[in-house]
Amino acid sequence: MNTVIEVAILVLAGFVGFEVISKIPNTLHTPLMSGTNAIHGIVLLGALLLMPLASGAFEQFLLVIAITFGTINIVGGFLVTDRMLEMFKRKPEKPPGDREASPGADEGKR
Amino acid sequence: MVATAAISPNIINGLYIVAFSLFILGLHGLTGPRTAVRGNKIAATGMAIAVIATLLHPHIFHGSATPWLIGLGIVLGAAIGIPAALRVRMTAMPQMVALFNGVGGGAVALIAWVEYRHHYGGAFPLKTEIPSLLAAIIGSISFWGSNIAFAKLQEILPGRPIKLPGQAVVNLGLLIICLGSLITLSAGEHSQGLFILGILLGAAVLGNMVVLPIGGADMPVVISLLNAFTGVSAAITGVALNNIALIVAGMLVGASGSILTNLMAKAMNRSIPAIVAGGFGGAVAAPVRGDEAGLTVRSTSAQDVAIQLSYAGQVVIAPGYGMAVAQAQHAVRDLERALEGRGVEVKFAIHPVAGRMPGHMNVLLAEADVPYDLLREMDEINPEFPHTDVTLVIGANDVTNPAAKNEPGSPIYGMPILEVDQSGAVIVLKRSMASGFAGIDNPLFYEEKTSMLFGDAKQSVSDITAEVEAL
Repeated sequence: MNTVIEVAILVLAGFVGFEVISKIPNTLHTPLMSGTNAIHGIVLLGALLLMPLASGAFEQFLLVIAITFGTINIVGGFLVTDRMLEMFKRKPEKPPGDREASPGADEGKR
Repeated sequence: MVATAAISPNIINGLYIVAFSLFILGLHGLTGPRTAVRGNKIAATGMAIAVIATLLHPHIFHGSATPWLIGLGIVLGAAIGIPAALRVRMTAMPQMVALFNGVGGGAVALIAWVEYRHHYGGAFPLKTEIPSLLAAIIGSISFWGSNIAFAKLQEILPGRPIKLPGQAVVNLGLLIICLGSLITLSAGEHSQGLFILGILLGAAVLGNMVVLPIGGADMPVVISLLNAFTGVSAAITGVALNNIALIVAGMLVGASGSILTNLMAKAMNRSIPAIVAGGFGGAVAAPVRGDEAGLTVRSTSAQDVAIQLSYAGQVVIAPGYGMAVAQAQHAVRDLERALEGRGVEVKFAIHPVAGRMPGHMNVLLAEADVPYDLLREMDEINPEFPHTDVTLVIGANDVTNPAAKNEPGSPIYGMPILEVDQSGAVIVLKRSMASGFAGIDNPLFYEEKTSMLFGDAKQSVSDITAEVEAL
């Protein structure tokens, strides 16, 4: 692919990112961060693509570590985010007593 | 150069487009509490599609060892990542995020290293070489910086700022070394040594140097900044490898990290360059210590606190990192319920940078089932302090420090704070008289209306709750 086009996509993706995430409630700062954290684990693809081209044990070693790192990043990131968000979901809006009563979390924000 | 021999590159690229569309949809979902769980799952689906699409490359299993090595890496990563993610306590979340972020940056740097070795001594087209070297620098900074952040949060390293003389100059010098190496290598110099020393090692030292002096309230800024760094380095790797999924996904993360970094820096009234250039306080003008100025603090007992709280009309709880360290969030929730049972109105004051990660307090209180509608952001709660009878500060220090408003000489002067000193009485729960993470003394503790309850926050809160219930 043409480098100019790639850089254009890069810049546009940045703007899309800014637009999509322009307003985040404070409540969700942590899940948003750990969620995006998981997404940059996508570098795993780079390591996968290079593996068949690796020449010598040292390069293979580096790439196995890179794949391990990328997988930790992806799997860990999404799981941790899911755990956190599940806690935000089961919000009892009623005072003590019926804690499990409102799994729907209709109130959403505030 | 990678996807050359592909039989169906269009199909693979098509799947990449599906994948990054799902990332965008998922991220959009993550910005609202109701859609967030689904958003995260959508993004995870996108990631699964991207990985599967990559494995569809016809040449990917070329070579007898390749499938095993790929399998080994993925199994190892899953074996480490899954238990870590399932076991981590909510209070340890900042470290975990830092660690996951670090490994991402590390992967970027390793990929760039392999890429450089491939082209070593041969033709290395600039359109691949420059992004590759840049990704190596940023990825390495992110890896080492995140590891230091992890070590500080995990208390392997001391949490206070570690300040070295001439820090800013040294950092600038390191940056020049990294960029100089990049230019030299791009200009046609072939040197493995320069790549390892100038790029990887230079950036590694820079990453260490940038995060070591950072303490306390600056931590959320740094964690978001490193997150943005890893994202951008992934995107640049995508340019080097001609991979559209990497480019888009990386930049989405870069954008979100930048937005968060900016929000955090604003919440502290500090510029990002100032934070990166050096942490709070440290060697600069040591603030007045209470004992030297002949000031004393008043300490109180759980029973007295219980009485004060029970007969108040409105109580505001201002939590900070200390609540996280002591795992006191459930005990705090019990206290809130006990007080509400006695007709006391309880609210929580959440400073944007309370804790060590953006939104840290919200996660902990959500874990403990504290309803959203009791949580108030700084701007909302500050006008309420004058009508508040008692404010209970639990392990928060810098974000309540009135020096930020009153003492132009203070290192945190100008940072917006929770104005707890405006309330009728202040009770501070603290482990000891040690100053906060930022190493700055807090005049709030010496005020007449302030009393201190020393001890482990969880224990103290439980004691207070027991006394309230016994009244």
